[in-house]
Amino acid sequence: MYRDANFRDTADSNSRQGVLSARALDDEAHVRHEKQNRRMGSMSNMTQNDADWASVLIRVRDHRDKEAFRALFQHFAPRIKAFLMRSGTDAAMAEECAQDVMASLWQKAHLFDPSRASASTWIFTIARNRRIDAIRKQKRPEPEDLPWGPEHEPDQADTLVLQQETEKLGQAIACLPSKQKELIEKAYFGDLTHSEIAEQTGLPLGTIKSRIRLALDRLRHAMK
Amino acid sequence: MNMTQDIKHHLTDALLMAYSAGNLPEAFSLIVASHVSMCDECRARLGAFDTIGGNLMESCDSVAMSADSFEATLARIESGPDAASQPCARDARSFVLPAPVRDYVGGDLDAVKWRPVGMGVKQAILPTAADGSARLLYIPAGSAVPDHGHRGTELTLVLQGAFSDQVDHFAAGDVEIADEDLDHTPVAEPGQDCICLAATDAPLRFRSLLPRMAQPFLRI
Repeated sequence: MYRDANFRDTADSNSRQGVLSARALDDEAHVRHEKQNRRMGSMSNMTQNDADWASVLIRVRDHRDKEAFRALFQHFAPRIKAFLMRSGTDAAMAEECAQDVMASLWQKAHLFDPSRASASTWIFTIARNRRIDAIRKQKRPEPEDLPWGPEHEPDQADTLVLQQETEKLGQAIACLPSKQKELIEKAYFGDLTHSEIAEQTGLPLGTIKSRIRLALDRLRHAMK
Repeated sequence: MNMTQDIKHHLTDALLMAYSAGNLPEAFSLIVASHVSMCDECRARLGAFDTIGGNLMESCDSVAMSADSFEATLARIESGPDAASQPCARDARSFVLPAPVRDYVGGDLDAVKWRPVGMGVKQAILPTAADGSARLLYIPAGSAVPDHGHRGTELTLVLQGAFSDQVDHFAAGDVEIADEDLDHTPVAEPGQDCICLAATDAPLRFRSLLPRMAQPFLRI
């Protein structure tokens, strides 16, 4: 459905239709939402909802849409740079790497599957790998991809559940007491080794448990 | 490589979180990537930790990019390959070694360059960064690996067969996490030769005299 050759022609006239929140939509409405996203030419009214960023990323993936890429760049590049600087990278190197990560995003967009990762999760993994490569000068062994085959079409319902769970997890982290949040930040911004993480008793791992169960269901469902 | 049903010994949250954060020695990352390749449960758990990373990055206060950064990025893209149309080719053959290990070996089991370490046990050291060491171990059915302790942590992932030690029984897909205090003697189960991927964040030390003398040469 994304390979609609006419979508650019209808883009401007429909740009004011706005962005719907993906959360409350049933399947039928979700299809409508997709159509609106396809027609949307202007990014000016884009919200910061992760489900919406996934659909922008899909426009890069399926249409090599440079305006969609620009919108992703404007949102994510300054955050990638900030993330790298908080991990101890100097500003010049962080700028270099952030540009590199965004270029990889364009080149690897065909690997993005919204039923398996949200836009921010997927971009984080590229940025993290770039950091290991550039700063620690190490290889990054990655897990074998699942044998879903090139024809794997992500299930709309799976995609919706994943995006919702990603948002819920984000809210749960945002609501943590500051001590616990600091622990998590210390682990991800590069200060804690795995043994130091293991020694932390206050890590709120319970907040991610429901997401794990759902992700497992999804994996098993997708393997069938 | 789908043996996810029978796995009993999984990765810890600390290892998954440190892997997700990009904070493990390369040798340990190889263990994590290999176990996740074999284990749906840990794949799902890793997905949750990556989501935390994405959330933290998303909530970072932006740092402005340089004025010409978007154009510079487009120039990078134009000078690089456009991979968008590449189909993700999948290898349908079945392998003993998971994909991340095959990357280091340059092939499956038949490409491994084994070196004997005594008593029928063989090993092959994999080229990882100096903050740890990773090697494949080949333990003939019914044989024991020399009794050894280690500084730091040792992670052992079973790729084929099974072994038992003082702690428990470990079969294909299982990971044993042994800390500094554990001196153990893994014994391969009879019936099938056991192949493991073992990684430490410090060199091993052997108990008996001969392996200890040999250690500088074997680099374990």
